[in-house]
Amino acid sequence: MAPRSPAPKISRWRANLAAIPPYVWLLLFFLAPFLIILKISFSEAVIAQPPYSPVLSLSDGVSGLWAAVREFTFANYAFLAEDSLYIRAYLSSLTIAAISTALTLLVGYPIALAMARAPHGWRPLLVALMILPFWTSFLIRVYAWIGILKRDGLLNQVLLWSGLISEPLTILNTNTAVYIGIVYTYLPFMVLPLYAALERQDRALLEAAADLGSPPLLAFWQVTVRLSLPGIVAGCLLVFIPVVGEFVIPNLLGGSSTLMIGQTLWDEFFQNRDWPLASTVAVLLVLVLVVPITLFQRIQSRGGL
Amino acid sequence: MKRAIGVALASLVVWAGSASADGVVNVYNWSDYIDEEILAEFTAETGIDVRYDVFDSNEMLEAKLLAGKTGYDVVVPTAYFLSRQIEAGLFAELDKDVLTNIDNLWDVIQKRVEVYDPGAAHAVTYMWGTTGFGYVEDKILERMPDAPVDSWDMILDPEVVSKFADCGVHVLDAPTDMIPIALQYLGKDPNSHETDDIREAADLIAKIRPYVQKFHSSEYINALASGDICLAVGWSGDVLQARDRAEEADNGVTVNYVIPKEGTMMWFDMMAIPVDAPNMENANIFINYLMRPEVIAKATNYVNYANANKASQEFIDEGVLGDPAVYPTAEVLDRLFTTTALPPRAQRVQTREWTRVKTGS
Repeated sequence: MAPRSPAPKISRWRANLAAIPPYVWLLLFFLAPFLIILKISFSEAVIAQPPYSPVLSLSDGVSGLWAAVREFTFANYAFLAEDSLYIRAYLSSLTIAAISTALTLLVGYPIALAMARAPHGWRPLLVALMILPFWTSFLIRVYAWIGILKRDGLLNQVLLWSGLISEPLTILNTNTAVYIGIVYTYLPFMVLPLYAALERQDRALLEAAADLGSPPLLAFWQVTVRLSLPGIVAGCLLVFIPVVGEFVIPNLLGGSSTLMIGQTLWDEFFQNRDWPLASTVAVLLVLVLVVPITLFQRIQSRGGL
Repeated sequence: MKRAIGVALASLVVWAGSASADGVVNVYNWSDYIDEEILAEFTAETGIDVRYDVFDSNEMLEAKLLAGKTGYDVVVPTAYFLSRQIEAGLFAELDKDVLTNIDNLWDVIQKRVEVYDPGAAHAVTYMWGTTGFGYVEDKILERMPDAPVDSWDMILDPEVVSKFADCGVHVLDAPTDMIPIALQYLGKDPNSHETDDIREAADLIAKIRPYVQKFHSSEYINALASGDICLAVGWSGDVLQARDRAEEADNGVTVNYVIPKEGTMMWFDMMAIPVDAPNMENANIFINYLMRPEVIAKATNYVNYANANKASQEFIDEGVLGDPAVYPTAEVLDRLFTTTALPPRAQRVQTREWTRVKTGS
């Protein structure tokens, strides 16, 4: 018998090594910035550079750091509870994100399904087409919607010409425009994970369901949708999480009454120059989002993506 | 003060970096705010290269300055912002030995900016302007033949402004402009820091909110020029830009800019040198160059904003110098007011009240 190959050991070692980059990534680009923001959220706003106090400096030594830490205050967190504006902004952002995620799913699922059921040779092209819009700046694509949605824009002209409406619709600067902009922008993030989940499905399963007497709609629901659940969850999170903090789309397409936490944070940071309070709003935003992420983790570990 | 659009992405242009090579000056100015020939001529004469970046909101500039080490040698904040930036220690003192052209400045304007930067120790005025409103002539007159087009009634009287709601009204998303203007309209001190006054001004604007399509600080330029809207509170140079664009497009839209008879706000964009500027000497040379009468006149002719240089006026095109929307008459100048930066508490009240105006909550 040949001596035992050491290969399995090496591959395990390699697998462990491969797990390091994501953690380093997380540490450098999430945890470290988050700790900085968290630290600033315990400070007080002052007119200086930087515009908050105390400022931690490694050159002060341990005693200097400790003195600074003792100056930390929870006043900013208390302030957010005092004014109902912040809680309403969080809730309104979550609502807008939930509605837009549902709309994106409704639009995205048939697209992903059609892509997955397309002839094999077409699929790479279809995926490429889905990604193609990213070649143009996101900002320019949102600006383009202004041209489409405005009073004498493309959409109104077409609708008037076709006789469907007699008066131009006011869509731009309303929440409807915000939803259109969000669904359009985030559609690829929904479609791609859905497509990945649907494409792997074995069509024979549907045939088996039919053979066992399941009507097509029921089979679609019980087999196709059920099996694509991990894709649905992944797509929904990829849309929901960034939309909660979305700033550009409501700013360009929305009306003045669209209340979202991104705008509130912007106001604190830029209008009030209150970096500590802005940091507090950001910390709470992360906490609000941790809940769906943990839920996702749980579903992922159960269902196995 | 030209454009306070909240889009961070727009200002993420090439960062000049903090290279401190000799013969460079890193300038950070408002977008569409200079005749670029001036920069080439400056380099040809002095051998100093100009790295020129642009921004589109005071808030964006201020955030960068507060974070420090911007790498810029000359920046152009609005005076209102400048005063508290001086207080925060963000700017170096100007080198008056280098600034030999400083006597060209216009005393009328210098008197006004004294309150922001006593003795012009840290900054000199680049351009100045007013906050008024622009309207599309035929759309307004069609809806109200006797419209009070010379008065803030057009915007702040609910009965008047309601007549224009259907053709589109925009208001600047700038509480630092709108609250003082509303205070002035109410007959109060436009520079008031009192919570009750700020609330009352906000109440006034909240009354006209149903007729306002959008609070935004830059969209109105295109929207006015194309006739998508018919009335917008705006900054002088921007409305004039809309007027010129409509003229060029020859689309039958005539845009007029109004400095309302009740008086309005006057603002100043100031050239200053960050305290950590890598090329301090070149910054002073650059500022001095822009105070030459022919140079700054060229900039004014190009951007349609008034400058603060008395000696430059003989080089300014008659169409610009004679346009009361750019260079108001002495009598109108008297009715213009200035405001100073609010203390943090009052600032918070103002921002909060503005959110209430916009969102209704």
